[in-house]
Amino acid sequence: MKAAEFRYERPESLAEALALLEDTDLDATPLAGGQSLVPMMNFRLAMPGMLVDLSELDDLKGISEDGGGVRIGAMTRYVDLAGSDLIARRAPLIAMALPYIAHAAIRNRGTIGGSVALADPAAEMPALLLALDATITVQSSAGSKTHGAADFFLGMYETALEDGELVTAITIPAPAPHRRFAFYELARRHGDYAMAGVAVSATGAVGAGCTDFRVAYFSVADRPVRATAAEAALDGKAPMDGAEAAVAALGEIPFAGDLNAGIATKLHLSGVVLKRALERL
Amino acid sequence: MTGPLTIFDRPNSHIGKSVPRPDANRLLQGRGKFVDDIQLPRMLHAAFVRSPVAHGRIENMDVSQARAFPGVMAVYTGADLVAHVEPYVGVLDHLAGLRSPPQMPMAVDVVRWTGEPLVMVVATSRAIAEDAAALIEVEIDELPPVTDMERALDVDAPVIHEQYGSNLAWERTVEAGDPDAAFARADVTVVERQFRFGRHTGVTLESRAAVVEYDPSENMLTFWYSGQAPHMMQFILAKHLGLPEENVRVVSQDVGGSFGIKIHTYGDEIATAAAARILGRPVKFVADRLESFLTDIHARDHVVDGRIAVTADGKIAALAFEDITGIGPYSMYPRTSAIEANQVLNLTGAAYTLENYRARARVVFQNKNLMSQYRAVGHPIAMVVADGLLEDAAHEIGMDVVEIRRRNLIRDDAYPSTTATGLKLDDLSHHKTLDRLVAVMDYDARRAEHAHLRDAGIYRGIGLVSMVEITNPSPMFYGIGGAPIASQDGTTIRLEAGGAIHVSSSVTEQGQGTNTILAQIAAGVFGVAMDRVKVTTGDTRSTPYGGGTWASRGAGIGGEATLQAAFALKQQVLVVAATILQSSPDGLDIVDGQIVDIGSDGGGGGGGKSASVRMSLSDLARTVYYRGNELPSDLTPELIATRHYRVTDVPFVFTNAAMAAEVEVDPDTGFVKILNFWAVEDCGRVINPDLVDGQIRGGVVQGIGGAFYEECLYSEDGQLENATMADYLVPMAFEMPDIIVEHVETPTRTSVLGAKGAGEAGTGGSPAALMNAVNDALRPLGASIHQMPMTPERILKALGTV
Repeated sequence: MKAAEFRYERPESLAEALALLEDTDLDATPLAGGQSLVPMMNFRLAMPGMLVDLSELDDLKGISEDGGGVRIGAMTRYVDLAGSDLIARRAPLIAMALPYIAHAAIRNRGTIGGSVALADPAAEMPALLLALDATITVQSSAGSKTHGAADFFLGMYETALEDGELVTAITIPAPAPHRRFAFYELARRHGDYAMAGVAVSATGAVGAGCTDFRVAYFSVADRPVRATAAEAALDGKAPMDGAEAAVAALGEIPFAGDLNAGIATKLHLSGVVLKRALERL
Repeated sequence: MTGPLTIFDRPNSHIGKSVPRPDANRLLQGRGKFVDDIQLPRMLHAAFVRSPVAHGRIENMDVSQARAFPGVMAVYTGADLVAHVEPYVGVLDHLAGLRSPPQMPMAVDVVRWTGEPLVMVVATSRAIAEDAAALIEVEIDELPPVTDMERALDVDAPVIHEQYGSNLAWERTVEAGDPDAAFARADVTVVERQFRFGRHTGVTLESRAAVVEYDPSENMLTFWYSGQAPHMMQFILAKHLGLPEENVRVVSQDVGGSFGIKIHTYGDEIATAAAARILGRPVKFVADRLESFLTDIHARDHVVDGRIAVTADGKIAALAFEDITGIGPYSMYPRTSAIEANQVLNLTGAAYTLENYRARARVVFQNKNLMSQYRAVGHPIAMVVADGLLEDAAHEIGMDVVEIRRRNLIRDDAYPSTTATGLKLDDLSHHKTLDRLVAVMDYDARRAEHAHLRDAGIYRGIGLVSMVEITNPSPMFYGIGGAPIASQDGTTIRLEAGGAIHVSSSVTEQGQGTNTILAQIAAGVFGVAMDRVKVTTGDTRSTPYGGGTWASRGAGIGGEATLQAAFALKQQVLVVAATILQSSPDGLDIVDGQIVDIGSDGGGGGGGKSASVRMSLSDLARTVYYRGNELPSDLTPELIATRHYRVTDVPFVFTNAAMAAEVEVDPDTGFVKILNFWAVEDCGRVINPDLVDGQIRGGVVQGIGGAFYEECLYSEDGQLENATMADYLVPMAFEMPDIIVEHVETPTRTSVLGAKGAGEAGTGGSPAALMNAVNDALRPLGASIHQMPMTPERILKALGTV
């Protein structure tokens, strides 16, 4: 198939981009890395009347220190996250997960902002942001606002973004001392969306009990979800000590099946990936 | 046997050497010429509206908006083409009882599968054609669909073709010996299993495509075709468009993979040809990936209930099974959709001495895409059933799986032999390949290691298969049944004025290297260097008449025709040379493009460094072509030779292989890691080891796809749910094991070349070895799986985990 006809704009300033995105008649749609949007357009599953290509907006690119944490411009590509020393030090969870996010060719083009705005429930990045307690900055001609990751992802391909708003940055807070991270996913082929995956963070010295667990799943429900009952079961314990109880508490997740795994399999594999992540924590 | 016996030993023979592909640079530099690369003046583009439902009556189609859309040149419904296309019927005489109704390129009144073409829009660009197609309103009164093949024969199942009274398309039972008595014996152990094989398809890198040009001044239709059988397509286009056969030219240039997908009659391609003819302008149609998944033939889709009886000393006393397979709403034209089931009946257990055998196959209609011949037709089903039952039986009686094979495989010195169904087997080497396999994989050490690892909670398994592959088919395959499918192929070789040769053959190249091996054979047998050979294939206007490349026949049949043509041309050239040089043809040879005296190197057979060169081929050719005045008047030089070849006396030339897989199953996740795969294969004479190994490895990978990944998933109402490359999982490099390929060479005595086919063994054999390996790993856990693909979820279910 060929994409339906559309108008193409490549603004050179954020203000210009935001003005273009106000055109709801044409369903103006931002183009970031195009790794999901362009295939959907070629299947005519997406038929925006106007594409607003963000590739010239240098303000939206780059990784910088932000009060001990890190600020990632929405147009930062995965390949640049993978090469970033700052990410490796301040957001090691992202560095751990990157090799599992699609394939090199996709990481060369795909952007963090594009993934966040798309909110594919099978994608890794939204769950990583939940586990990292990240905030998402969105901007429109009227100004900017921030959302906590937990308030941003509302359902399958559904976010708190409103018409005319653009994701401009992701901010990851400074990790607490002894903050630890783990990531584990099960994908049928390397680079595929996972059958189930989990990102875990917690605070505690190695071998000691940990607190402030954040257990964030992807590809098990209609959105990235935190397993709060499992987190409670883990609280205060060394990771593996609470593992069985945490796995037993996973029933709270509103699982959704897909072509590769029904709900029972999602539940089972969620337990497996959690245990394997906790072993690595 | 006639012909030269020394061609394989000639100093400049290329046969048996891994000669690099002459076309590799061209393809890697992006200079390939595929159908979509063709741009013709005034060319139009076609897009199709396809049925959104699996079964329904067309109530109304409003194409008025589409017709009025700027850039649209024509809109055709199925009814519009009735006057232009003669319907086709996918039955053959030798498949007695097979029934299938006439089919049109696009549905006329009833749609019978999701994706069936409904309306064709022809416009100045594909995008415009799609824009207009989106404006077409189709009203379909849905009928109850038949999707589950196991329920298709229920008395209360909706009947897809009312005139037949049921959804049965074909049924055949074969029987040998007295299986009932054998199963009833007191001294046998009986093992029963149900095997399930998912539907999958051959995902070609280049999708199906056609560019069709019609010239009314000569009533001439040219069809550029991404396919495997140009002469078959020539016949089909002529017959069903009402053109003289000679007024249809079919051209296959580079073809980006086919795997059996591209030897069938597809409605969208026939409609494209009809439109080009009606409009008098070239029309291009290129299937997009969604159209490929919906309409490229699917394969497999079998449920087999099988049982085996073995004696305490491991002898197979009887084998029996019932197979049901769903083929979609029609039998595919012209090869039919019953061949796969027929192959399952013919091939199951064919590696083994089998006296008591009964098998029944039922082929049923259903409202899914058509099923037909895809790489290794029927083979994976036959091998999985036979070797799956055999390995499970071995475990039941406590016998090693290698040992039970040794006790049942037909002896290497017992040929010629016949299968239980009466097919003639010759020149096979089951024991030799199995022995080599056991040595290459270090079988005993690996078994010991696995036992050790199991104590540590690591579940590894080994599975084997001893298989046969049908190659080099004779006229008994299709021609006997009335199909316009040649089993003979021809090669013409012409000496060029510059001393090079031009090879023109009716077998075709789809990426596997056919043209390379033809060049190797021609160069070696005739006596020139590889870079002095040009090859043309795929054009009905300029090549000899033949079948093309499918059923692993390119090397064995096209190769033999090429060998014979090269030998004939050589003799013709030597007659001319002898006249010019006042020598005798017997005293001359051709080596590296030079006419030399035989024996001038002292070695007899010619070609040594000290061979005395008498004249170059170029001198000879230029003398004949330009200066014929220098030749005696009674000499009529022919510097071109054509030879044809077909297999006689046997229906197929069988090959054999022994393969093994080593896997590790993660019982927590159901994931399987394929650690190693070994294939010891006997395709007779190996013409180009690198290319043969590539065929085996690619075949194994496709078998891995069928065993673990690939499945066309339909909903109950007949919607294909995973028609994208993201959801339909093809095997990819990251998950592939090392595939170790070894050869035993038992040349077939049906030809001088001695080459059998190698294209399908990997696909036909690997699923059985892989399933056996998974079950070997699962056995200590008390679980087993006999359903493909073996997905993580299915393995977890087998384990009782979910």
